[in-house]
Amino acid sequence: MITFSNVVKVYKMGSIEVPVLRGVSCTISKGEMVAIMGPSGSGKSTLMNIMGCLDQPTSGTYQLEGQEITRLKDDDLAGIRNKKIGFVFQTFNLLPWASALGNVELPLIYGGGVQRRRRALEALERVGVAHRARHRPSEISGGEQQRVAIARALVNNPSLILADEPTGNLDSRSSEEIVAIFRGLNREEGITIVLVTHERSIAENARRILHFRDGLFEGEEVMA
Amino acid sequence: MSLVEALRVSVTALATHKLRSLLTVLGIVIGISSVVSLMSIGQGSQERVLSRITAMGTNLLYVRPGASSEGRVRGAQGGAASLTLEDATALADPVNVPSVAAVAPQVQTFAQVVAAGQNVNTQIIGVTPDYQYVRNSPVADGDFISDRDVEARSMVVVLGATVADNLFQGGSPLGESVKINNRQFRVVGVLKRMGGTGFGLQDDVVLAPITTVQSRIMAQRTAQGGRTVSSINVQLAKGAKTEQATGEIAAILRQRHRLTGSDDFTITSQEETIAAQKEVTGTFTTFLGIIAGISLLVAGIGIMNIMLVSVAERTREIGIRKAVGAKRRDILMQFLMEATVLSLFGGGVGLLGGWGVSRFISGRTFSGQVLYTVVPPHILILAVAVAVATGLFFGIYPAARAARLNPIAALRYE
Repeated sequence: MITFSNVVKVYKMGSIEVPVLRGVSCTISKGEMVAIMGPSGSGKSTLMNIMGCLDQPTSGTYQLEGQEITRLKDDDLAGIRNKKIGFVFQTFNLLPWASALGNVELPLIYGGGVQRRRRALEALERVGVAHRARHRPSEISGGEQQRVAIARALVNNPSLILADEPTGNLDSRSSEEIVAIFRGLNREEGITIVLVTHERSIAENARRILHFRDGLFEGEEVMA
Repeated sequence: MSLVEALRVSVTALATHKLRSLLTVLGIVIGISSVVSLMSIGQGSQERVLSRITAMGTNLLYVRPGASSEGRVRGAQGGAASLTLEDATALADPVNVPSVAAVAPQVQTFAQVVAAGQNVNTQIIGVTPDYQYVRNSPVADGDFISDRDVEARSMVVVLGATVADNLFQGGSPLGESVKINNRQFRVVGVLKRMGGTGFGLQDDVVLAPITTVQSRIMAQRTAQGGRTVSSINVQLAKGAKTEQATGEIAAILRQRHRLTGSDDFTITSQEETIAAQKEVTGTFTTFLGIIAGISLLVAGIGIMNIMLVSVAERTREIGIRKAVGAKRRDILMQFLMEATVLSLFGGGVGLLGGWGVSRFISGRTFSGQVLYTVVPPHILILAVAVAVATGLFFGIYPAARAARLNPIAALRYE
């Protein structure tokens, strides 16, 4: 599903070059649920951005479902984000003025999908917030907002969901519910899930935990 | 993303920020309103002037005396006493001048007219019967000056509508007598009301037989002793060419005046008058258009300003859209569509506003000037096109800026 080989990312801050990823190699198989843990500033977010086709590596290669990503243009990347990848963010990133339904429909607008309303409603049902379809983000709880965000990630039936600290802004009960949703999507629908988190208890829901430090993977644990 | 989709997205976005959208639109509304109303004033004054000129009769040539000269000093154009009634008679002969249909010589002066305790100072024009056809001045009541009146130098007058009103206060002036230069004249007719004031309109006027005015009111003679006329109005025959008629008239007059050097008369065609007037009002309209254009420019800068603010404010939204698969083109289209919708809406409302303003001011008096407005259809199309062009032109930079945003930076934007 995901193959990183020797991925390097260097940011230029004026004349100083700051290496953020220093030759990352890893493989994540289809249908896996993987957690990535590491201290802040270790380069997790940059890794996720490249994995999510929001950014390109400085060198090295990245293959997603056998497709070489590294040479693609911006608009092709946008197409891949739309069709194959669903994002879930720590801060939800919902459009504040749109209803839950409107937010979930958003990827379908750019994917040229038909029956958008019905498909968006289905996605909301899958994560259990169909009853909030007409509400705006500010009118529902944090846990519900994150469910709406997951519905948005799901609506185009992606093969990969990338979640960057999805429980970082939630209380422990909501966090558990959100993680349960991810596990369900992974086990029942076979969607590959990559989860970045600080919290060990969240990470332990994955089959595999990758430890990331100073721009490199430095070890992995496989859960029983 | 289809155009319809882009339209839906941008209308939703605009409806979400109602106040901001409204303020942006306001600039366009004011810009387009001023374009439409100012252009309508320009157009109105042009049509007004042209209709006045054609109201004086169509297909006319005016023959006027040249400048008088004392030794080597030239006087004003028209000051010379060179044209006579006999010249007019000669021009009326179809053998001499085949291009001419009718000839109406006139003399004019100003005098005090007194009747029934009222008095006015007005223009006295000495005319022949053909004047009513050539200069398009029919009587509403009574009779026009007749050939017999001209031959007999009768003491009769035809009053313009304004003079009749002023002297007789609504009563019928027919058969009454008026005094001009202490001589008694009988009123035989009243001219049809022309409407309006100024430029060549014949309401504030008194008409009398040309011979009567020459002998009883004025007393200017040519060097040869003939009775002079102020000008000769010449109506061309149907299908006659202006240049040819001018040539024929000039030939006759040169022959009659025994001229070898420069002409002592000038011939002006109505077309020239119209062309000159069109040039004046055209300049006027252009000037108004430029003023209105400036307000549109300001409106355009307003659009750009607010769209830049909007792009900055919605950086995160743009990041989200890009993250879920919006291409550059999609973002560009959304913001351009917003600019287009705003300016189209503003253009439409501005059009109605401008049309309303121009309807309101039409026929009203502003600092002594009656304004007339005409909104020609092409201005409507032009105004909307200009509004949309303004929106697109000033929207393209902010839209391109939005489209270029890096999705990661945009998502992190607070």
